[in-house]
Amino acid sequence: MADTKPIFGAAVAFALALMSTSAFAEAVNPAELKRLVHQDCGSCHGLTLKGGLGPDLRAETISHYDVDILKTVILDGIPDTAMPPWRPLMTEDEADWVARYLLSPEETE
Amino acid sequence: MKSLALSLMAALLVSTASAEPTATGDLGLVIERANGSVLLVDQSERAALARIEGLGDLSHASLVYSPDERFAYVFGRDGGLTKVDIVTRSIANRVVQAGNAIGGAISDDGKLVAVSNYEPGGVRVFDADTLEMVLDIPTGSKTIGLVDAPGRKFVFTMWDTGETWIADMSGAEPEITKIPDMGENPYDALITSNGRTYITGLFGEDGLTALDLWDENPQPIRVLPNYGRGQQEMPVYKMPHLEGWALTGPEFVLPAVGHHEVLWVDANTLAETARTKTYGQPVFAMARPDGRQVWVNFAHPLNDTIQVIDTVSKDIIHEFKPGPAVLHMEFTPRGHEIWISVRDAGKVMIYDTHTFEKLREIDADSPSGIFFTARAHKTGL
Repeated sequence: MADTKPIFGAAVAFALALMSTSAFAEAVNPAELKRLVHQDCGSCHGLTLKGGLGPDLRAETISHYDVDILKTVILDGIPDTAMPPWRPLMTEDEADWVARYLLSPEETE
Repeated sequence: MKSLALSLMAALLVSTASAEPTATGDLGLVIERANGSVLLVDQSERAALARIEGLGDLSHASLVYSPDERFAYVFGRDGGLTKVDIVTRSIANRVVQAGNAIGGAISDDGKLVAVSNYEPGGVRVFDADTLEMVLDIPTGSKTIGLVDAPGRKFVFTMWDTGETWIADMSGAEPEITKIPDMGENPYDALITSNGRTYITGLFGEDGLTALDLWDENPQPIRVLPNYGRGQQEMPVYKMPHLEGWALTGPEFVLPAVGHHEVLWVDANTLAETARTKTYGQPVFAMARPDGRQVWVNFAHPLNDTIQVIDTVSKDIIHEFKPGPAVLHMEFTPRGHEIWISVRDAGKVMIYDTHTFEKLREIDADSPSGIFFTARAHKTGL
């Protein structure tokens, strides 16, 4: 049993990855999200994301966060700060796309 | 003789050319935020005259004018301070003075330009002629709400520490007065046109805080400390602006934070007089120069709409959708027209404020702030 676990885990991860890739294709409009990131997130974080009232969000600055952490921050905000929850305006898939885009802008085009 | 005649003629030609005056009183600049340019516009012609490029990152940019309405000092998000000559339609000078800036002001005598910075936090003061730095005021905090005040003063406020500082630049040595306890996370401020009242809006708590600058020792005065109490606060996707503050005769109109309403405050007692429910969270609530109307735009995702409030009835008398991402509005100095920047339509739209009829559209590249030269003569703008 102990030997099969990692394989099972990998299979699940693979299936999840497949699912989320196909969900992307239907639910996410990259051009629209990219505009949202630079224009609307940009009103606090700067058009180039180098920071403003909100912190620097450039890939090299936030590389120590993983996708899930960033996604949670986007969806739920940070209480007692100016970071609002975007859940009312954004799906999980969209938040996931934005988190990945922030971490590696080139690969998420 | 021949050469004298020629040189006389040349002199005549030159003087004719240089004598052609450029009147700047009905001109203005529109920030084109995406590509670091400004568009020179003419109010009377309702037209764009020229594009001036090379101003850096202009997201959240603003500007002030020299007293002669010839030069604009443009404050860019990237810390750039650019002096634009609107007569020659070119950049007269440019310095990158900090890493991350948020706004600026010009002293009442037009000699000093101050910039407030997020990074490194503080205010830097420059010679308006040369753009050489004359004073650096580190504050250890992101600095917001920088305005000029009469008597060669600048007033500004700290997002992180909730202090307001007054820098008096009238003497040989600058004098700085610090006023603590303005409130939690002030996000912007305004000064009334007579230079007496400075009001800062708070993000971290309900309400606003005012200072009476005519007081020998100005003390924080709480305004509307409970305006949102008991109501579910909504997420704030865009901080409101107070720079386009609205004084409508006896009252101020101020955007509420986290609520779909504007707040009416008695200008003398600073007590609340009324509220008007609005379509979304207001970003700018701007009074037409005569004070009869207030025009309000809204935060994302309701930023395609404008509402017009009648200041006598306090009712919404007109609502329309100019287009996607309405970012800013500027009235002509006497208020007969309003220019509106509609970022995602790539247009500046001009409306008659009496009939609400659209008069003209001007193409602009991601337009945001619109600034007419008449601002040169107003305290706090």
